[in-house]
Amino acid sequence: MPEGLWVKCDDCKEIVYRKEVEANFNTCPKCGFHFRLTAKERFELLFDDNKYKEFASDIRSSDPLGFRDTKKYADRLKVYQQRVGGGDAVLCAEGKLDGMPVVICAMEYAFMGGSMGSVVGEKITIAAERALEKKEPLIIVSTSGGARMQEGILSLMQMAKISAALARLAAAGMPYISVLCDPTTGGVTASYAMLGDLNIAEPKALIGFAGPRVIEQTIRQTLPEGFQTSEFLVEHGMVDLITPRAEMKSTIARFLRIFRGQ
Amino acid sequence: MSADPTQFDEPILRIRRRIEELSAIEPEPARDAEIAELETKLTKVAHEIYSNLTPWQKTLVARHPQRPYTLDFIALLFEDWTEIHGDRKFGDDAAIVAGFARFRGHPCCVVGHQKGRNTKEKIFRNFGQPRPEGFRKALRVMKLAEKFKLPIFSFIDTQGAYPGLGAEERGQAEAIAVNLREMAGLTVPLIIVVIGEGGSGGALALGVGDRVLMLQHAVYSVISPEGCAAILWKNSSAAPDAAQAMKITAEDLKKLGVIDEIVAEPDGGAHADPAAAADTLGPYLERALKELQKLKPAQLVDERYKKFRKMGVFEK
Repeated sequence: MPEGLWVKCDDCKEIVYRKEVEANFNTCPKCGFHFRLTAKERFELLFDDNKYKEFASDIRSSDPLGFRDTKKYADRLKVYQQRVGGGDAVLCAEGKLDGMPVVICAMEYAFMGGSMGSVVGEKITIAAERALEKKEPLIIVSTSGGARMQEGILSLMQMAKISAALARLAAAGMPYISVLCDPTTGGVTASYAMLGDLNIAEPKALIGFAGPRVIEQTIRQTLPEGFQTSEFLVEHGMVDLITPRAEMKSTIARFLRIFRGQ
Repeated sequence: MSADPTQFDEPILRIRRRIEELSAIEPEPARDAEIAELETKLTKVAHEIYSNLTPWQKTLVARHPQRPYTLDFIALLFEDWTEIHGDRKFGDDAAIVAGFARFRGHPCCVVGHQKGRNTKEKIFRNFGQPRPEGFRKALRVMKLAEKFKLPIFSFIDTQGAYPGLGAEERGQAEAIAVNLREMAGLTVPLIIVVIGEGGSGGALALGVGDRVLMLQHAVYSVISPEGCAAILWKNSSAAPDAAQAMKITAEDLKKLGVIDEIVAEPDGGAHADPAAAADTLGPYLERALKELQKLKPAQLVDERYKKFRKMGVFEK
């Protein structure tokens, strides 16, 4: 969200008081639009007393392909590492959610559109393995444009790697909750974001596989209103429920208790 | 560079045309000598051109309309093939074929993407771009294979999952995701062959296995070169640059640890001689099957996990 006393809502375009937005879990007080959160803001929202321990934070992208488009990938990485932080597009942490130990991965959209390359794949896989080892529920909060093109096929393979780790978690009877936020598309949707025991979406998030523009070009017609929104996905049976940010933690806690038979 | 694959093929085609012309005339020693000479030249020229293909040229070869498709390899390498249809949920998707067969006598399951050759077939096969039903059908049949303890062969050849309205409505992403998770846990041998285009999630949805083989001129990438060029170069005609940058060839993927083996193609590409391409592939499949059949189900799943667990390059 831009700096300043006042912010313009991306959805209803109203100018709203920043403090009021923040007091509302970064949602618009006029229309309920959910502004994007950083990974740390997600942790603050979900972990008790904002207390958590980050892990796997020392993994960095090494530009395995020596990729260059109009700019060098290595240079892009440096810019994002300085501007956003060294955690790449996901942070992983352990802590307590309503008293229950959990592992949470929160994606960082500001880091190259939350794109998933080797680092995101490795960190989430480590998180899933840790959840399995410690018998703790796994929660992944997704916001991502999909696989990171600059790491080519290695990014694609992260989909398989993470899904395989989730298969182990599922086989062990451990809960995995996927929280889908605006936007969740491409290879992230087509792997872990859709594999939750529960897929919980924030309201009005863009969620899909192919991007809306690609679809329009393919079918040569305009897409219907509300296509690929959280509401559209619920209607088509692809997410379990839509939960406003203010109720996200309590909703997750309620399910985790029930899943534990408590 | 032209999108017409025949452009770099032209010297080969020219010699072939000449051989055909000569073959049509009355045999005589001078004619026979010229044909023999041309055939030697053809082998040399084809070898030269196909030893030096750029990643973009390989993309065009991988998409060549005469390239052998899944059903061609099935016809050339398997016996008793019987296709089965439908996902038992919504419909049947002709962009993916699935069924049972025998490979050199061994009962097995085969799944694969299927493209069409003429306009009618292409439309019927939806240009080899699967909808959710296709992925779900493939998984249903693979689960049947698991139930009856049969090995699975999977052939990859798609430019990607279909980006359509109905496909999104019916859960394209979910269908792909479920295949990735479920294939990781199948307790039977899974042998994957990238025969043409390995396009993104739509390819990977049939691509999680114990051995991943790739034909010499096949390509496998996270997004099509055109798609990557459109996003990063803001210009889809930069596709040759994107193809180069993304490292999509069999050689690149071998180095990156994504595939296990490269299967050589005949000079002039698999489309020049599909039977020869299948002849080369056969022993690879046989060896992979033999090796994997020695493993217990739990070992298979464990080894498969380790195989994909290793993928990715980063600093720590």
